Amino acid sequence: MDQIETGSGSVLREYGSEQNLLSKPDGSATFLQGDTSVLAGVYGPAEVKVNKEIYDRATLEVVVQPKVGMSSVRERAREQCVRETCEAVLLSTLHPRSSLTLILQVVHDDGSLLSCCLNAACMALMDAGLPMGRLFCGVTCAIDSDSQIITDPTAQQERESRALMTFAIDSKERNVLMSSTKGSFSVKELQQCIALSQKASEKIFQFYRDSVKRRYSKIL
Amino acid sequence: KTRKLEKNCYRKSYVWLIHMATRLDGRQTYDYRNIRITFGTDYGCCTVSLGKTRVLAQVSCELVPPKDSRPTEGIVFFNLELSPMASPAFQPNRQSELLVTLNRQLERCLRNSKCIDTESLCVVSGEKVWQIRVDVHVLNHDGNLMDAASIAAISALSHFRRPDVAIQGRDITIFSPEERDPVALSIYHMPICVSFAFFQQGTYLLVDPCEKEEQVTDGLLVIAMNKHREICSIQSSGGIMLLKDQVLRCSKIASVKVSEITDLINKALENDKRVRKEGGRFGFAESMPKERITALKRDEAPVEMTGVQEMAEEFLSKGEAAPEVVSSPVIVATGTGQLGEGVQSTWGLEEEDEEDECQGEMDKEEKKKKKAEKGTAFTFHQLFFFHFSDEVMVISDSEEEEVVVLNPEAPYVFSLFSEYSYQ
Repeated sequence: MDQIETGSGSVLREYGSEQNLLSKPDGSATFLQGDTSVLAGVYGPAEVKVNKEIYDRATLEVVVQPKVGMSSVRERAREQCVRETCEAVLLSTLHPRSSLTLILQVVHDDGSLLSCCLNAACMALMDAGLPMGRLFCGVTCAIDSDSQIITDPTAQQERESRALMTFAIDSKERNVLMSSTKGSFSVKELQQCIALSQKASEKIFQFYRDSVKRRYSKIL
Repeated sequence: KTRKLEKNCYRKSYVWLIHMATRLDGRQTYDYRNIRITFGTDYGCCTVSLGKTRVLAQVSCELVPPKDSRPTEGIVFFNLELSPMASPAFQPNRQSELLVTLNRQLERCLRNSKCIDTESLCVVSGEKVWQIRVDVHVLNHDGNLMDAASIAAISALSHFRRPDVAIQGRDITIFSPEERDPVALSIYHMPICVSFAFFQQGTYLLVDPCEKEEQVTDGLLVIAMNKHREICSIQSSGGIMLLKDQVLRCSKIASVKVSEITDLINKALENDKRVRKEGGRFGFAESMPKERITALKRDEAPVEMTGVQEMAEEFLSKGEAAPEVVSSPVIVATGTGQLGEGVQSTWGLEEEDEEDECQGEMDKEEKKKKKAEKGTAFTFHQLFFFHFSDEVMVISDSEEEEVVVLNPEAPYVFSLFSEYSYQ
């Protein structure tokens, strides 16, 4: 298990996004990765309940809604991952005693769901105009039984993999903001996946830049 | 107080507008907003946009035992959820009156009208029937949630395919979608709700009210009807009193609207069927508008591999040497496994600190055993302590001499966390 193959499996599926598609939320975005699709809506800064208020910063609440059934522990775990990433980048001290609510609706799950949620969340926060110190993106890697690393796996590839990792990468220094892993892998494999995710994140950040440039092309 | 003032202002201006026979968004009194129906990649997934109101519906199925009172009929279950995304007034997990009203009306419209043939959902009478579950999520609230929800629900039901089942005597075989093509539900007719908003005690009426209009309306009338001009349900709320000819006029308008909407749904279903048959691209990814300035799409992109190995080597060389890696825990007996062995504590804690932890449910003190099944998720931290071992390690320094391996048949509960005893 010395040398990990990082050959043809490293492709990012076709991705796309649309911003400002809902009229009620302050910011909304949908992000598609292959067939996986997540819709994000942001409200804020808004009034916060007294029992939830923090005196010097905004309170961030994340809700992940599955398509079928009631939300369970799995959704709570995803909410935690997304919330920690967002709290690391949002300048919440600019809005003390306010609430920021981020709602993620799973529209279709075909693998890499957590990274799709992260990307949709970032685009929705940008659309809402909330002040952020840096942007973030999510990349999922899977290690299959032949020790090959696959980025942005489909649901089928996730099922057959022996390890699955999602990293939230920041835009300034490509640091890892959050990592969520499942399965067994070696330290070397982990570092390779992190390095690979950092490379892949460049494409996604370029996509953010292009989307925003396109959106404000008529104004600027 | 300001809300009431606002409402009154709105009301007055609205009534004046309607009197002049126009609406705020330029529609006529009997006009519907633009309806857009798109289907997702898997069967039974549908998004409906009624103007700015957006609703997502998903149909799923599962085999369950039938209700005692109806052993030969399948079950259809509706669940409408007001996502907190749809409006700042919707909080998660809060049962509001609007939610109950919408759920009830959706049930009456689709279940009581018997539009789905529940007898065909029976697999083994009295034992196994299909339960069809329809989840409707409201994504954006700009008025007239009822109509949008009913259109989404019936479109999703018409689009849905359940797995094929073969019964031979007592053996039931359920085929996966790859083995045999899934089967459509048997739907007799498509009931669709049409909402009417009344103003000035029934003098003025509007079809398909938007959110601002809904807020100032006196009363609401919802008629569920199908293409064959059969009324499936009528509901009047708000406490206004309507005359017989008003209700008849509404039902005539409804029948026209319902036939238009049914044609639209059928066209969308036909399109989707055709695209799937031709092997073209389908799903929400395709229906995303490309020509909008707020939307962007990128094709499949390979990730550049140059320098990845070097980057990884750099990180590894900076850190300390990693220990040997093992990919599975030692399975000692069924349901009991061992994960690593302890290391010297660097905390310098006293011995008696962790004695209290071992009380509780254990009669006999247990060594570092952790109930682990194959393929359980291990945290990265624990991986540092993987070691190959065939035998049980005695790690702790406890006073008990014998090592006891707990069996799953034991009557007491085995707690899941592992304790490291420090020296």
